Amino acid sequence: MAAASSRKRKGKIRWSKLYSFAACFRPLTSEERPAARELIGRPGFSRVVFCNEPHLHKRKPYKYPYNYISTTKYNVLTFLPRALFEQFRRVANFYFLLAAIFSLFSLAPFSRASLIAPLVFVVGISMLKEAVEDWHRFLQDLDVNNRTVKTHISNGVFVDKLWKELRVGDVVKVNKGEYFPSDLLLLSSSYEDGVCYVETMNLDGETNLKIKRCLEASLCLNEDEEFSKFKATVHCEDPNPNLYTFVGNIEFEKESYPLSPSQLLLRDSKLRNTDYIYGVVIFSGHDTKAVRNSTRSPSKRSWIERKMDHIIYILFSMLVLVSLVSSFGSLLYLRQDMVDWWYLQLPDDNKVNDLDDSNSEKYDDRFFNPSKPVQSAGLQFIRALILYGYLIPISLYVSIEVVKVLQTMLINKDIELYDDVTCKSVQARTSNLNEELGQVEMILSDKTGTLTCNQMEFRKCSIAGLSYGGDITEVDLAASMRMNTDFEPFEFSIDETDGATRSFEPFDFSVSSFSAQNGNARLTQTEGPVIKGFNFRDDRLTNKNWIHGSNLFVITMFFRVMALCHTGIPLEDDNHKTDKLSYEAESPEEVSFLIASQEFGFQFCRRTQSLMVLKEFDPSSMKEVEREYKLLNLLEFSSSRKRMSVIVSNEDGQIFLLCKGADSIIFDRLADNGKAYEQATTMHLSSYAEDGLRTLAFAFRTIEAAEYESWNTIFTQAKATIGPEREELLEQASEMIEKDLILLGVVAVEDKLQKGVPECIDKLAQAGLKIWLLTGDKRETAINIGFACSLLRQDMKQFHLSLSRDAESNNQVKDMKEDILQQIESSYKMVCEERNKEAPFGLVIDGKALEIALRGDVKNEFLQLAVNCASVICCRVSPKQKALITRLVKQYTGKTTLAIGDGANDVGMIQEADIGVGISGMEGMQAVMASDLSLPQFRFLERLLIVHGHWCYQRISKMVLYFVYKNVAFGLTLFYYELYTSFSGEVLYDDWYMTMFNVMLTSLPVIALGVLEQDVSSDICLQFPALYQQGPRNVHFSWSRIIGWILNGVVSSLVIFLANIYILSPTAMRENGFVADIDSLGAITYTCIIWTVNCQIALITSHFTWIQHLSIWGSILLWYIFLLVYGALPPNFSGNAFQVLVEGIGSAPLYWMITVLVVVVSLLPYFIHIVIQRSYFPMDDHIIQEMEQCYKKYDVRDNEMWVREQRNSQRSTRIGFSARVDAKILSFNQQLQQKKLSIYRSVTNSPIYRSITASPFS
Amino acid sequence: MGLYDILFIGFIFIPVGLVTLRASHSVVEIVERYDIGCVPEPFRINKVSYIQDDSIPKNCSLSFKVPKYMKAPIYIYYQLDNYYQNHRRYVKSRSDKQLLHGQNQHGISSCQPVEVNNDRPIIPCGLIAWSLFNDTFTFIRNRAELKVNRKNIAWKSDREHKFGKNVYPFNFQNGTLIGGGKLNPRIPLSDQEDLIVWMRTSALPSFRKLYGRIEKDLDVDDVVVVHLMNNYNTYSFGGKKKLVLSTTSWLGGKNDFLGLAYVFIGSSSVTIAVVFTLLHLLSQRH
Repeated sequence: MAAASSRKRKGKIRWSKLYSFAACFRPLTSEERPAARELIGRPGFSRVVFCNEPHLHKRKPYKYPYNYISTTKYNVLTFLPRALFEQFRRVANFYFLLAAIFSLFSLAPFSRASLIAPLVFVVGISMLKEAVEDWHRFLQDLDVNNRTVKTHISNGVFVDKLWKELRVGDVVKVNKGEYFPSDLLLLSSSYEDGVCYVETMNLDGETNLKIKRCLEASLCLNEDEEFSKFKATVHCEDPNPNLYTFVGNIEFEKESYPLSPSQLLLRDSKLRNTDYIYGVVIFSGHDTKAVRNSTRSPSKRSWIERKMDHIIYILFSMLVLVSLVSSFGSLLYLRQDMVDWWYLQLPDDNKVNDLDDSNSEKYDDRFFNPSKPVQSAGLQFIRALILYGYLIPISLYVSIEVVKVLQTMLINKDIELYDDVTCKSVQARTSNLNEELGQVEMILSDKTGTLTCNQMEFRKCSIAGLSYGGDITEVDLAASMRMNTDFEPFEFSIDETDGATRSFEPFDFSVSSFSAQNGNARLTQTEGPVIKGFNFRDDRLTNKNWIHGSNLFVITMFFRVMALCHTGIPLEDDNHKTDKLSYEAESPEEVSFLIASQEFGFQFCRRTQSLMVLKEFDPSSMKEVEREYKLLNLLEFSSSRKRMSVIVSNEDGQIFLLCKGADSIIFDRLADNGKAYEQATTMHLSSYAEDGLRTLAFAFRTIEAAEYESWNTIFTQAKATIGPEREELLEQASEMIEKDLILLGVVAVEDKLQKGVPECIDKLAQAGLKIWLLTGDKRETAINIGFACSLLRQDMKQFHLSLSRDAESNNQVKDMKEDILQQIESSYKMVCEERNKEAPFGLVIDGKALEIALRGDVKNEFLQLAVNCASVICCRVSPKQKALITRLVKQYTGKTTLAIGDGANDVGMIQEADIGVGISGMEGMQAVMASDLSLPQFRFLERLLIVHGHWCYQRISKMVLYFVYKNVAFGLTLFYYELYTSFSGEVLYDDWYMTMFNVMLTSLPVIALGVLEQDVSSDICLQFPALYQQGPRNVHFSWSRIIGWILNGVVSSLVIFLANIYILSPTAMRENGFVADIDSLGAITYTCIIWTVNCQIALITSHFTWIQHLSIWGSILLWYIFLLVYGALPPNFSGNAFQVLVEGIGSAPLYWMITVLVVVVSLLPYFIHIVIQRSYFPMDDHIIQEMEQCYKKYDVRDNEMWVREQRNSQRSTRIGFSARVDAKILSFNQQLQQKKLSIYRSVTNSPIYRSITASPFS
Repeated sequence: MGLYDILFIGFIFIPVGLVTLRASHSVVEIVERYDIGCVPEPFRINKVSYIQDDSIPKNCSLSFKVPKYMKAPIYIYYQLDNYYQNHRRYVKSRSDKQLLHGQNQHGISSCQPVEVNNDRPIIPCGLIAWSLFNDTFTFIRNRAELKVNRKNIAWKSDREHKFGKNVYPFNFQNGTLIGGGKLNPRIPLSDQEDLIVWMRTSALPSFRKLYGRIEKDLDVDDVVVVHLMNNYNTYSFGGKKKLVLSTTSWLGGKNDFLGLAYVFIGSSSVTIAVVFTLLHLLSQRH
């Protein structure tokens, strides 16, 4: 009951009256309107919507799509052709498709089944994977499409309807906290004046609520029943992606009214602070601006995979080359020698022809037709292409897909990546990009919801020149700790007071001195109940202790500003258990002020049209008193004014102007006698700002009644003016009264970072990653967060790119361009002239400037500057701009970029980046649905990149290189044998051996390698983040490595083949005098290959588990088992392999001796290579591996060497927490140095010193 | 760490190599080329017409001295050089089904171009069988014939499972074009060991095939005379024919390559390990 009444009361307030500057919200410029009116009906502005008559939109010409959206890549019909097309776009798959087709015409040297089956298998698995992934997307769409919304059917009855069934023209009722199902035209709201509050976080990332306002004409439509007869026609623009424009008019009751963006409620935004609204669907489904703004998700391929294509091209060239050699050789033999080989009965042989005509007629061996040698050679070429196909690793793709799916499972199941708050873990949505995670060089991050939790906390304040809430920062803390460890022998103090003693004795520079000096509360803050939005511990202010303060008046006024100067409203709890209220306001920081003032004893408990009621704690009576303040005027906050004021009169009739705003603005408007605390406050301000806290200055002034009256007439006049000069007049009026302020102090609120964000950014920075912040939020907020995340710091040179007022007002693109270009050039000059190479630069740019800077001719300069800055912050950027920046950065730098965000406004960026990561902890799912990976929180990025990314990169590159190696090593032996068979195309091995090669005998170890290989353990990855640099620098997949492995394959194949033929031919291979025939030689050579490639993988594996052992040694064993089983089959099935192991080669000692010799010799080059590399040119991971082994034995982690290596491995970074600590230490050291100098001077100047030095001996 | 492994390999390989070399050296091998020597002087200008002329007798004899004591069994091989038994057309031209099951089986299309003659199938069909080697050798020492055991020269599994016991040669070498040796139509294929040996095609164009065993020891300086029938045509394509007598060791025939390879790899490993260790010590000193 109580709740209902309160709600009613809230509804009664005429909000439009409160907001005297209401027109400041997204004002339409005056030029836009008349132009818009003329546009209607022209091309691009031809849409007609019949409100409340959706049936009219079922037929042409007004047929518009349903509100159904689909983000899937395929549908039932297109799946097969499109997925097949995707598969055969891969070069290797296409080749095998051709090979399979040729096999149908008996051109292939192998059986049809052995060519077609692997292809079907490989393509089938890949397509299955695609289908499953698309199915998941479909399910997510289904979820969105099946949400319901109250829709008008007839006679004022509203029923639940599925989103997807919604049509243009439908009237819907959206309740508080619900998302708008499509783009709606606002008709009326629960408020009498038809405003409603909208949260557009999903669209542009802005967290403050936006006001939307319906037309006066439709205000009456605020009951369900009103809609039974409602009819109107809307003419408006066609669907477009532009979020901030809307042009149209509505014909309602025979009148035509123009429409503006403030009547349009966009899909994906959310109704807040308003009980309900009525609206009519204007754009539905794929026509909505939000959907139009999203780009289709491209199928991404990782860099390694793209490079893999090049490797395949190389192998292809090898294949074509050896095939050409083969066919040419065959041509020569056929022309010159082969006709003499009577045992072949070639038809051209004269005698054969003369003697037996029937034979030559039947002759159909097209491969050896001496009368058509060129044709035969051509056919031999095709056959050779297929024969040497083992050079092309057909199973590479499928193995990689299998490996990636398994890797993805490992990532998804990583318990360290599980967030127990949201009960979500990391989800790799596409497994294509695992290894790309190890190569990221640039992270583009959204702010709200990604780095911050969109929650403000009251942290510190400075009242009357005294700072409350603790001084010591974490940076100071860490710096002092480090200095203590670094300078243990000499402990100095930089404390000014201690300096007075000027002794040489070491004295303690420690945290304790800091905390003691500042009476710091931060270290002992853990007790006490946690209040949301209030993270402030200072005994001097809390628990009403402020009454003992010296400047009681200032403190009281300070709290009053906090409690009165806002637009918030209290929410009454349904249960009156506590006397604490909760609040709702336009921005979260206002909420935090209200909560804080309540904690301090200034509870804001009611507001009516013109009255604000506070429960104040009265220090004189020590009781709570309820005081009423008359709200006379409210001077609204806007981004250009950067301040907000209220004019109130208290119960005594005194008139106060209470003002809060950006410090620079307030400081400019101080009275001469109001600057008492300016200096101290400024100092506090800068220290707050460096901590990334958001600061606002509070000031007040008393106004004489007479002055107020005269001003109020001017102000009311200004308000009443209609026309373009209105704003200007209002501005002037407020200027007149907001002056001669008296400074009270500043508050600092923390835009609360998500858990672990600074540490994560620090680690990422140490790993050499660059982090750009792209946010739709205000510049101030963005900069604050930049500080809080250590992306910016005080000693960093900052460049601010923005349009100057002149250029902006001119609206001339050319001027703006020149303006920006000039700014960029001057900044870049500074960067170039900076002598200190390590000096950090920060770049802050806002959306409008960015729009210019990203245009064709400026963008290269801009990107050049941006890339040279340690951190870049872009504020007020639209979703499209985010995507554009991402694309340009990707193109310009050619580096791998990762975009991370949580809202629909990040979708473009997420899709554009090489890797898109969505934050899944939040409500909106759009970002997650568009992403390649979703994380519950930003901090997991650290482990995801530095551990999993690093591993996956290593695994996949090792795996691909090994694949190339094994296929070259095997495929080339086939070629060498051709040299000994007069290029006739005979194969040394049985068909089944070869089919088994990629499928069974070498596949499992390589999959185990790809899934489980680790160069170092995860702890070490995190301890040595510089190891990550192997990915971006691409150490493991460089061309030299690729060529090296191909050469290794060539060497192995040569060793295997030559050793076998020289040892086995022509003498007996067994004691019983039997010689090796083609089948024995094949089996023995093949054994050598299996041993060699499997031992090679054992050599490159650095992390062994039983799975690796089982797969490697199991594969070798499997070969013998296969040979046994195959040989035991009846001879008409096993052919020449019958009993080959049991009777032929198994009992020959020569066989086993050759195996050992060949394996050792073919691995020797690689072995020597790694010995040389490890001893003379070790890489990071080698050193760490060895150290790890040593320490496993002796278990001394805190060894000096360990620490030193760890320190070395951290790249000197310019951003991040550690960098700040380093900078702090540097400044401490400089101070120390100065102090030493001064001490030295004082000593040398002292008479004793002089007397000593001026010794009689000199 | 890697250096020790290399050193270890070296220390294992050298002795193994030496043992292998010793085994290889214990083998005594006599190789006699006879393809040119067995053509009478007048025919040497056109050896092909000599070998194709059936009217000229192909008898020929060789003699050689045994250089070392040869312990029985002494294996007799014939060696053909530049003979592409591994030619794809040749290798594929056989029918395993027919060899095992005989005439009722129809899978002889693979045998072309030697599958039928006068509309009747040939058993054994195919180029391999058709080109069967047909030189014969008899050995005489001290005027007494040395007995040559020609049994068990083929793989047991071949004899028992791949060549039928009830399959007899039929219509073989009956065509106008006669390739190599003829077969006794009364002996089943499973007992035609020459054919079985021949049909186990060799991997390389230069190969030996087992002809038989002499089961008596030969002493040093024993003179052995070989009477041979030089029937087989290698002259058309310039192939060589050799007769080989060889003892075997546990390793097989004479095979120095394997032992040398072992010794070479072993000693190079040791050298590499030593060089690296030295370099390592030197670099540490600096």
